[in-house]
Amino acid sequence: MIEELAGKTTNGNSIVANAPELLAEIGPERARQMLQTMMLTRAFEEKAVELYSLGRVHGTMHLSIGQEATAVGANFALTNHDYLLNTHRGHGHILAWGSDVNLMMAEFLGREAGYCRGRGGSMHIADVDANNLGANGIVGGGLPISVGVGLSIKLRKTDQVCLTIFGDGAANEGAFHEALNMASIWDLPIIYLCENNQYAMSMAVQRAFNIDRISQRACAYNITGVTVDGNDPLAVYQAVREAKARAQAGNGPTLIESLTYRWKGHSKSDREAYRTRDEVREWQQRDPIPRFAAVLNLAQKEVDALQAEAQALIEAAVVFAENSPEAELSTILEGVYA
Amino acid sequence: MRELTYAEALREALRQKMAADERIFLIGEDIGVYGGAFAVTAGLFNEFGENRVIDTPISEAAITGACIGAALTGMLPVGEIQFMDFVTLSMEQLVLQAAKIRFMFGGKATVPMVLRMPGGSGTGAAAQHSESLENWFVHVPGLKVVMPSTPYDAKGLLIAAIEDENPVIFVEHKLLYRTKGYVPEEMYRVPLSQTNVVRQGRDLTVVATSIMVPRTLEAAEKLAQEGIELEVIDPRTLNPLDEKPIVESVIKTGKALVVHEAVKTGGFGGEMVSRIVESEAFDYLDAPVRRLAGLDIPIPYNRNLEYHTVPQVETIVEEARKLAHGAY
Repeated sequence: MIEELAGKTTNGNSIVANAPELLAEIGPERARQMLQTMMLTRAFEEKAVELYSLGRVHGTMHLSIGQEATAVGANFALTNHDYLLNTHRGHGHILAWGSDVNLMMAEFLGREAGYCRGRGGSMHIADVDANNLGANGIVGGGLPISVGVGLSIKLRKTDQVCLTIFGDGAANEGAFHEALNMASIWDLPIIYLCENNQYAMSMAVQRAFNIDRISQRACAYNITGVTVDGNDPLAVYQAVREAKARAQAGNGPTLIESLTYRWKGHSKSDREAYRTRDEVREWQQRDPIPRFAAVLNLAQKEVDALQAEAQALIEAAVVFAENSPEAELSTILEGVYA
Repeated sequence: MRELTYAEALREALRQKMAADERIFLIGEDIGVYGGAFAVTAGLFNEFGENRVIDTPISEAAITGACIGAALTGMLPVGEIQFMDFVTLSMEQLVLQAAKIRFMFGGKATVPMVLRMPGGSGTGAAAQHSESLENWFVHVPGLKVVMPSTPYDAKGLLIAAIEDENPVIFVEHKLLYRTKGYVPEEMYRVPLSQTNVVRQGRDLTVVATSIMVPRTLEAAEKLAQEGIELEVIDPRTLNPLDEKPIVESVIKTGKALVVHEAVKTGGFGGEMVSRIVESEAFDYLDAPVRRLAGLDIPIPYNRNLEYHTVPQVETIVEEARKLAHGAY
C-alpha cells in the first residue's frame, strides 16, 4: 500500500495539491508559527556551530539544517498529549514539539538549568513531563521503545499516538524489523517517521537499500507506507495527520518516509568526501524555509520580522544559558538510580 | 509451614502484584497459554487475559524496548527473556537505553521495569542455553541485578523488584525452579540491596550466589561434621551491593571464599574479592581470599563434562576445607 506523494520539488512551491485546504485547516497564526519554528531551528543550529567554533561548547553535534520542514510538519500535526521519540539529529524535532529554547540551549552548554541538567547534551534532550521521551544517540535505539509506548497507550485506552522519528540508517537495523512487526500485529498507535536525508553518515541510501523507497518496507508488515516530500511541511503534516487518524481508529502504525537532505556533515568530524558540492547546492535550491514562506504568501517584511524574532530568541537563549551555573561537581553521582 | 517451589513462589509474586496493580503486565515469548519455557507464568494467561500476559514473537530487543517504553509512560512491565543467553539480543536496549535513560535525562525519568531470565547450567542444554551472564549487568550503572537462591527470596525479591523504580535484571536459576521451601501466603518484600547471612560460622566466610547458596549450605553441613564452621552469605542483590555484612563477617572469620557458577575470569567473584581486600577486613585476613567459579569455557553438552564445569557440593567442601586448614 504505497502512496507516492513525492514529485519534482525544485520549483520553489509546495507540491501538495491541497495546500490551500491544509492551510485553511491550520490557520494563518499556526502556519506562521510553523515557518518561524523552522527559522528558530536553523538559527539554533547556526548558533551552535558558532559557539562550537568559538570554543564555548565541547563535544559534537548533529545538525538538521535543510531538514527543518519534516520536524515541523510532523509535530504540528500532533499535540503535547501525544508522545515523541526522536534521534541524535533532533534539535528541530524538540523545538517543534514546543520545548523551551532557553532550556535547550542551557542543555547544549552543559548547564544545570538545561533539560537534562547538562548530563545529556545536544544528543540526549528529553522532557518526559511534556511527553518528549528523548532523543536517542543510538541509531534505531528508539524503535523498540516505541513498541512499549504504543502498548502502554493501548493498555491505558487513551487516544494518544507515539511519533517515532528515525533516519534512513535506522531502517537497516534489526530493531526496525522487530519494532514494526510488533507494532503491526498489535495495531499499536505509532507513527514511524523515517527521515530519509539520503546518507547514513557516509553511506548513501542508493548503496544501502535495494529498493526505491524505504516506505516500500511497509508491505512486509501489512501497514500503510507513504513517501512524502520532506522539505514541504504541509506534505509531512498531512501524512502524519492521516497516520494519527489511522492509529486512533485502531488501524495500527504507519510508515512515513520523508525525503529530505542534510546540508551539513554528519557531525563535526565529517569532511564530506562522499558527496559533491553540486549535489548539496542542488538540494539547497529546495530550502524548505523560503519555500514555505512563498506558500504562505507573506510579504518580505513579515518574513524578515519572523526571522528577526527567531534570531532574538536564540540570542536571549545563549544569554540565559551562559548565565546558568555549570553542572555541579558535587552532584555527579545523582540520577543513576531512582 | 506452607511450602512452595521456587517457580510457584515466583508465580505467586506475579499473581499477587498483578491482582493489586493494574499497571503491571507480563511480556515475553511463550508466556501465555504455553505458560513459559519453565512454566513460571503457567495459569496467569487464563487468570489475567491476553492484555496482561502478552505473548510476543521471538524479538528480544523489542520485548526489552516494550518494557522500557511502557515503564516510561506509567506502566510497570515485567518482561521475560526465555533463557538468559538470549539477553545478548537485548543488550543495546538494556545497556544503552534502560540503564542510562534516568541519568542521561538529568534524573527526570524513571524506568520501573523488571526483566526476568533463567540462567545457569545443569540441564544438558549446552553452550547457548546455560550461560550465567549476571556480571555483565553488574558492570552497568543504572541496572540492578538480583539473584534469588530460595523460594522465600524468589517471591519477596520479585515483589520488591516490581515495586522498585529502576530497571531490575532478575536472574533465576533453572535448577532451582523445582526446589521447595517455606513461602508465606501474604505479599511480603525482601528488600533489594540487603545481604543475607544465611548461616553463622566462625571459621570461614563463604559468599555464594544463586544455586551456589544451597550447594554451599550442603557443603557446610558436611564440614560441620569435621568441626569446620562456615559462615554462608548470600548477597541476593549483586548491584547495588550491601557489602557491610560481608566485611563484618570476614573481620570475624579472617578467611573468605567466593563461589559462583559464572566463569571465573571477569566474574562477580573478582569484584567481591576486591571489595573485601579494599575494606577494613584486609587487616584481619589470615589467608588469600579465594574464588571458586565456573571454568573459563563454554558449557559443554556431555553430562560429566557439564557437571565438572561449575562448582558442586564436593568441590566447595574441598576448597573450603583447604582454606580453613591453612593450605593457602
